[in-house]
Amino acid sequence: MNIIACLKQVPDTESQIKIGSAGTSIVTDDIKWVMNPYDEFGVEEALRLKEKHGGEVTVVGLGPKRVTESIRTALAMGADRGILITDEGLEGSDALATAKAIAAAVKDLDYDIVFAGQRGVDDDQGLVGATVAELLGIPQLSLIVKVEVAEDGKTVKVERPIEGETLVIESSLPAMITSQKGLNEPRYASLPGIMKAKKKPLEEKSLADLGLDAADFGADARKLKILELTPPPARKAGKMVEGETPQEKAANLAKLLYDEAKVL
Amino acid sequence: MAQGVWTIAEQRDGAIRKITYEIVSEGRRLADALGQDLTVILLGSNIKAKASELGQYGADKVLVCDDSRLDPYTTDAYVSVISGLVKDGDPAVLLVGASTEGKDLASRLSARLDVAMAQDCTAFSIEDGNLVATRPIYAGKAYAKVTFENSFPQMAAARPKVMELNEPDESKSADVVDAEFTLDEGELKTKVLDVVKDESGKVDLTEADKIVSGGRGMKGPENYKILEELADLIGASVGASRSAVDAGWRPHSDQVGQTGKVVSPNLYVACGISGAIQHLAGMSTSKVIVAINKDEDAPIFQKADYGVVGDLFDVVPALTEEVAKYF
Repeated sequence: MNIIACLKQVPDTESQIKIGSAGTSIVTDDIKWVMNPYDEFGVEEALRLKEKHGGEVTVVGLGPKRVTESIRTALAMGADRGILITDEGLEGSDALATAKAIAAAVKDLDYDIVFAGQRGVDDDQGLVGATVAELLGIPQLSLIVKVEVAEDGKTVKVERPIEGETLVIESSLPAMITSQKGLNEPRYASLPGIMKAKKKPLEEKSLADLGLDAADFGADARKLKILELTPPPARKAGKMVEGETPQEKAANLAKLLYDEAKVL
Repeated sequence: MAQGVWTIAEQRDGAIRKITYEIVSEGRRLADALGQDLTVILLGSNIKAKASELGQYGADKVLVCDDSRLDPYTTDAYVSVISGLVKDGDPAVLLVGASTEGKDLASRLSARLDVAMAQDCTAFSIEDGNLVATRPIYAGKAYAKVTFENSFPQMAAARPKVMELNEPDESKSADVVDAEFTLDEGELKTKVLDVVKDESGKVDLTEADKIVSGGRGMKGPENYKILEELADLIGASVGASRSAVDAGWRPHSDQVGQTGKVVSPNLYVACGISGAIQHLAGMSTSKVIVAINKDEDAPIFQKADYGVVGDLFDVVPALTEEVAKYF
């Protein structure tokens, strides 16, 4: 099986997010960048499918040069080769443009499944996987927690939890699968894995390499415009519930929830 | 010239889901601000009879596509039919509910239409005749106000349980129309093989009115019994923090947080949850937050409307007892 796993970097979830002076982007100076957690599930599932069915895993990353580090991590986990799509002209691209670049890099590769995280924990949009699938003309299976490829390699069976039920869905291959938490526990790269990763092929592709026009990418080409970023709305200050004993506190809380908050 | 606000209804098992009424209500407000009409797109099988309910929440028109191939929901069928309707109807604004299937639909539909899309929005307005959407980013550590450039219809998905529901008005009705559509079976690459219902019968966390949630302070899976007792009494669903899920105490589907579910209930009771920023990301739009924790310095108390410093093993059962007195 040939599998592609897409990834990007996001600020580590512990990071404090500060809004820049222009008010339309965040300050990136002190940020620790990590592989998007949902993309990790995709890389891991790709590796498991390769272990089961044989084949190759190609990791495709998009972003500035620092994304190389996350691609190396995926290689150290066991992926076979990496492609980094990197170009100054990509900076500030919206989902439509980002997907266009990824699809251009992937379209001439051999693949049965393309994995992407269900969303990036920076933008929280969840659009790139679907848009890449649309551009490649393949079905998408989003928010998936279980993947089973058929013996003949022609179809895949997946599970998607929705509200109150889990759907079992079958799709023809090739297909895009976006990973949801619960799909798997990603492995840690081993030391031998890290050493091997240094020798695995990792190529860089610019927009020009992909035959793309820079005018279609970047902040100026955005169809979704950011007017301003603000800190989260402040909540009204809360109160500590009084009482000498747990029973008293519980009684006071119950009264507040009934009479004041009126939520019971 | 793109005109009109459209919303896409979500239905399951022959009934329209509540999130639809939320987006119809919001759609009505946006249509009023634009001075234009509100249309609801309703796809399904044997669903036409339900179309009239949508008028009560403010829809002017319902476009119905009633066909056995439109139930259950599949990405391919819905994107194909709806993109066709959109190309014919040329709406200015297109709203979807950000439920699981709503997000799936919105992501592929926006790609099919080659338009910008704002997911999981918590507020909308019209400014200079354009849709402006407010949405949390970086797990709610910041909020982005976004708008659309050269991109019609202006597409957005609303976070469940945030848009204010209109009072249904039985005197109002919508014009129900059977919409013409074509569906090429060759386009349908996926098939729903099975639907496995969740045994608990509890409301999904993302749509629950009330949630009682437990974290590391619960100390083990068997202790969730005390949360379940409180939850059963007040009609709540039970959630968990990432620590509890990673420890194997609760299933992934119970996790509230940045890599779990984003919830917006009227009441969120956090028990033994310290309030890590990733957890807050999942519940910060809750209307009322209660925190019960032994540690008075736990960060959760800064977000809570009501804080109880105490041992949850004493406080929670006591709370169940006290609340029971009101029933």
